[in-house]
Amino acid sequence: MTALSLTNLNVALGGRTVLSRIRANFGAGECVAIMGPNGSGKSTLMRAAAGLVAPLSGDIVLQGKPMAAWRRADLAREIAYLPQGGEVHWPLTVRNIVALGRLPHAHRFAKKSDADEAAIARAMQACDITHLADRPATSLSGGERARALLARALASEAKIILADEPFAQLDPSHQLHAMEVLKAASEAGALVIVVLHDLSIAARHASRVLLLSEGHVAADGPPTTTLVSETLRKTFGIDAFIGDHAGAPVILPLRRRA
Amino acid sequence: MDDSATRLPILLAAATLFAAVASLFIGYAPLSASTVIDGLVNDTGTAGVIMRDIRLPRMLLGVLSGAALGMSGAALQGLLRNPLAEPGVMGIASFASLGAVIAIYFGLSTAFSFALPLTAMLGALIAAVVLSLLSGRDNGVLTLILAGVALANLAAALMALALNLAPNPYAVSEIVFWILGSLKDRSFDDVLLAAPFVAAGLALLASTGRALDALTLGEDAAKSLGIEVVSIQRRVIAGVTLAVGASVAVTGAIAFVGLIVPHLCRPFVGHTPSRLLIPSAIGGALLVLTADIAVRLVPSGPELMLGVFTSLIGVPFFLWLVFKLRRELT
Repeated sequence: MTALSLTNLNVALGGRTVLSRIRANFGAGECVAIMGPNGSGKSTLMRAAAGLVAPLSGDIVLQGKPMAAWRRADLAREIAYLPQGGEVHWPLTVRNIVALGRLPHAHRFAKKSDADEAAIARAMQACDITHLADRPATSLSGGERARALLARALASEAKIILADEPFAQLDPSHQLHAMEVLKAASEAGALVIVVLHDLSIAARHASRVLLLSEGHVAADGPPTTTLVSETLRKTFGIDAFIGDHAGAPVILPLRRRA
Repeated sequence: MDDSATRLPILLAAATLFAAVASLFIGYAPLSASTVIDGLVNDTGTAGVIMRDIRLPRMLLGVLSGAALGMSGAALQGLLRNPLAEPGVMGIASFASLGAVIAIYFGLSTAFSFALPLTAMLGALIAAVVLSLLSGRDNGVLTLILAGVALANLAAALMALALNLAPNPYAVSEIVFWILGSLKDRSFDDVLLAAPFVAAGLALLASTGRALDALTLGEDAAKSLGIEVVSIQRRVIAGVTLAVGASVAVTGAIAFVGLIVPHLCRPFVGHTPSRLLIPSAIGGALLVLTADIAVRLVPSGPELMLGVFTSLIGVPFFLWLVFKLRRELT
């Protein structure tokens, strides 16, 4: 079933075309890696999919309903969006940061329900931050904060998870761990779309890779057809070593092409 | 943390009640405790006049203006994610004073009594809108503070111009009152003039709590959590305009209350913006009442103006905050 469909999507920011004629359908259970060079429109694609930037033209249809017809409060229960950069402005405790993910489910003035508490605990467990629960989020390291914010996104238990570079500051172990967590969410039936730069992680864990280049879709499909020498050369301008380890690909960028 | 978050408003409310009662017993006329109570309850003789027409309105205005400034500071800080945001520092209170001064200067306030709060609120609105336009998406701490400095200076210059051109000494002293800020010589009419607007403003601000919590994660994240950020910005601006505009219209600019109070309360509510709103309102009332008791107790010849007093406390506090935040500022 198509959870999210983008048709002829054109997005301009400040008068400059950032995305043009994007066409893609995403179904429940997919784990999609959005990849592409800096400035290729990845974050804008995520923001458009989250309903945060209005397209110039084209259609975004979410769960069969046009994006413009969604109320923001209802949209928040469908989509968990994790922005790039990880802003946290006040020294809230990690638990309270994660609890913000439950806001879309909260009734005005109501206390947190058992379901909320359970979701918060599960998300903290999944992101390996339970031991940090009472620490102020502003005192965490970059990677710890990134995990806390990922847990915030997971806590909403939305059917669509859009994560913009959630691994940027994570150590290798936590990168793998976070990817496993997202993968597990997709296996449980969620649509996961994640922006990332690590070619091997994408090749080994994503069910599908959408490559963006200068605002266009350069390639879209399973990693075995998208992350190949020819497309890597064209979109990133690199020669890469593509190997195999126990039946799964390993991709290592070797040199830039002039 | 849940404990202290619920205990704080109760403690503050108890202290505020105490300060409010104390404020009724303190003044220039030497009244015994029994006369104070008798004057208040039975409205008898001079004591009745002093209590009902002088001390009671003074106390009530302290509560109103303190609550307005305290909660406005907390809401602005939450909205802009900036601990230095405050109606005084940002020039909103100065512009409200300017509005009041204009109403007096052109005789609007004698023509019709609601002119004063209306022009003061208009002044506050202009400043708040200019600031929110300037702060834009990236809400740089520096941009906002510099814009506030510019607005406060513009308001000061225009008020100085009004002083300069004032037709008579009476007008000069009226204008000085709004520049310096004070609760003295106010009447019950002033309380009634300000109260509905302040109440409406506080109600609007109090309704923004959840949204301010979500804004901790930035605007995009807040929107994705279901918050209509633009409507929240408008609600905060409207709330601050109503509350600060109306209270400044009857007390003049009392600076730094909205800066100091939320900052002191924040650690007791786990730094959660929504939990800060009510305690900041009560704490603001407490601070203004206490400061107003202090100016009456300080033997200074002519009474120290309340706004001058809060600025004397507030400026060092502001500098200390800037010092603490200076790494983030650069």
